[in-house]
Amino acid sequence: MGLDIRWPIGLMFTLIGALLAITGAVVKSDHAISLGVNINLIWGVVLLVFGVLMLLGAMRGGKNPPSK
Amino acid sequence: MQPIQLQWIDYTILVAYVAFVLGIGWALSRYMKTSADFLTSARSIPTWVTGLAFISANLGALELVGMAASGAKYGISTAHFYWVGAIPAMIFLAVFMMPFYYGSKARSVPEYLKMRFDERVRALNSVAFAVMTIFASGISMNALAKLLNQLLGWNYNVALWVCSGVVLLYVLKGGLTSAIYTEVLQFFMIVLGFAPVVYLGLKDVGGWHAMNHSLQTVATNPAALNLKDAGVTYAPNAWTSAWQPVLAGPVHNPMGVDWFAMIFGLGFVLSFGYWCTNFLVVQRAMAAKNMNAARNTPLVAAVPKMFFPFLVIVPGMIAAALCTLPDKGYRIPPPVIAQEAYAKAVAAVKSGDAAKVTATITAVHDALGKKISGDQIASLVADNAKNKLSDEQIKTGIYNSIAENDYDGVILSLVKKYCPAGLLGLALTALLASFMSGMAGNVTAFNTVFTYDLYQAYFAKGKSDHHYFLAGKAVTVVGIMLSIAAAYFASMYNNCMDIIQLVFGFVNAPLFATFLLGMFWKRTTGTGAFIGLFCGIASSAIFHALTIAAGNAPGVKGGYLHVVSVFPSEMAQNFWLAAFAFTVCLTFTLVISLATKSQKTDEELKGLVYSLTPKIVDHNIPIYQKPGVVGVVLLIVCVILNLIFW
Repeated sequence: MGLDIRWPIGLMFTLIGALLAITGAVVKSDHAISLGVNINLIWGVVLLVFGVLMLLGAMRGGKNPPSK
Repeated sequence: MQPIQLQWIDYTILVAYVAFVLGIGWALSRYMKTSADFLTSARSIPTWVTGLAFISANLGALELVGMAASGAKYGISTAHFYWVGAIPAMIFLAVFMMPFYYGSKARSVPEYLKMRFDERVRALNSVAFAVMTIFASGISMNALAKLLNQLLGWNYNVALWVCSGVVLLYVLKGGLTSAIYTEVLQFFMIVLGFAPVVYLGLKDVGGWHAMNHSLQTVATNPAALNLKDAGVTYAPNAWTSAWQPVLAGPVHNPMGVDWFAMIFGLGFVLSFGYWCTNFLVVQRAMAAKNMNAARNTPLVAAVPKMFFPFLVIVPGMIAAALCTLPDKGYRIPPPVIAQEAYAKAVAAVKSGDAAKVTATITAVHDALGKKISGDQIASLVADNAKNKLSDEQIKTGIYNSIAENDYDGVILSLVKKYCPAGLLGLALTALLASFMSGMAGNVTAFNTVFTYDLYQAYFAKGKSDHHYFLAGKAVTVVGIMLSIAAAYFASMYNNCMDIIQLVFGFVNAPLFATFLLGMFWKRTTGTGAFIGLFCGIASSAIFHALTIAAGNAPGVKGGYLHVVSVFPSEMAQNFWLAAFAFTVCLTFTLVISLATKSQKTDEELKGLVYSLTPKIVDHNIPIYQKPGVVGVVLLIVCVILNLIFW
């Protein structure tokens, strides 16, 4: 099929990761619910990195993902 | 207790996911030109995509909700559903069976049966399979609608119809490819959405070792958590060792199973029956772009599958461990009770008289309609008389006094407990994704089987491809409608895991005997396979009608004809049912095959039977891509995992 699945995966996680990270950085709260960890910021960055890696893969892979 | 309020960030994540899913369907729709594009992806998808879709199609309501429920109920032994009940079968499928499925050019599992045997076997299998997918899909959607109802306060009917509508849209647009792509997206959503919940949960109980220590308390007195009846006790490692409690016998492990039922019933019959013959998962591998990609699909899937217990079972174990730590203020959620019932119970406690506390206990019990702890209500009444508690405090007291658990609520209660707005949206979207793609997976398997194996085979032979393309789309709509009906039906049950196992037991357990003989013994005849399969399915229904698990009333749970045998648990009943049906099918197929003449020549069976098919030459494939080599490596890793949690 002509659509490389890495595009939607990459785009979606980049978007969601960025949203989470911004929420974590901007919204001031005591993080009591998440045991004192700013989990939104940390996990947002993780998702963002994952999303960007997928996008890089899609760009390098050309139109169709390689089989190997 | 209260439905939670989602923030705008949660809704944004949810909406983004749905938008991407619909976008994938829309982007793929222009490639949908023939019935093969729509129903079989025209065999064009790379291995890692089919592999993740393979595992994702199985990662529906059953996995997330059911496995966390079982993790709380049974502990690490639940991992047997993975390490015993999945990995060996997946490797067997890849190495030994995939060459026949893919090489035969069959478009579905029933079609393979037609090539190998005859029309009767195909008809029996395709009808049974069609019914089963509809039920599986209905169970998944029911769980989803219930979840949205309890957690977010959405209307059950609206939730059910809206989510089904989304699935309908993207499957109708992009067909199987759309379902497969969405499954890959969902795979990452699940892993990335739940990993932080597991991390926070483990952090809260004090780490892995502290959790295991708390679970020893659970094992020695499971009645404290209402996990078992009062007086039942196990060895301290019953929740934390996978094998020792099972080897010790059914009364020594919370599952109530013996090692034979575990290994033969689950590990061989149920597991091989599901992974090797269920078109829902096999279809993903059949969509791969070449033979080696098809064979490697289950192997790619086996890698995450092996480690899923840490994502889906550990939350249940965390929940059970948290219950033993009073300062965490956590309990396994009780069954959902209407707010009005709580209000009545609160009123009863407020008007309660410490001198006549029995009357209050009865009143609270009548209001809630659940088992409650009388002692806790008594102390609540006394406390209220002394300190004049607020309604909210009384309600919490009543909530904690309910002596029943709704295990399916475990995973949600943890998500609620640890996730701030944002992460909450991510985790909920992951749940939503798994339920929706569970439905999509079943519907795409259903429409292929229905269109090719029932409609084309018996109702409209020899029409143009465009005719079947349109028929496939129409069947998709019908499939979704039937799933919704099945969802309403499923809403009558509590722990969906046991029911799904039961249905798989009826249909799949005997089926593997048919495939085993069909693929590896060329003497198996169509008549033998048909009668054997029929007797196998019938025997499982009869077995179910004549046996029951301890503590269940005769009825839907079995024993409705006459109770001949009582098993220590439902799970043991299911495993033995599978073992019985398999043996019946195997015996009948063998005997009848020997007594009848084969209708197929050796030439016709080429590519369909092991002994008549040339060996696959894979010299030109790098060693790390050879299914045999990869399979052995994975098996070794699986054994090591079993030993670590022995």
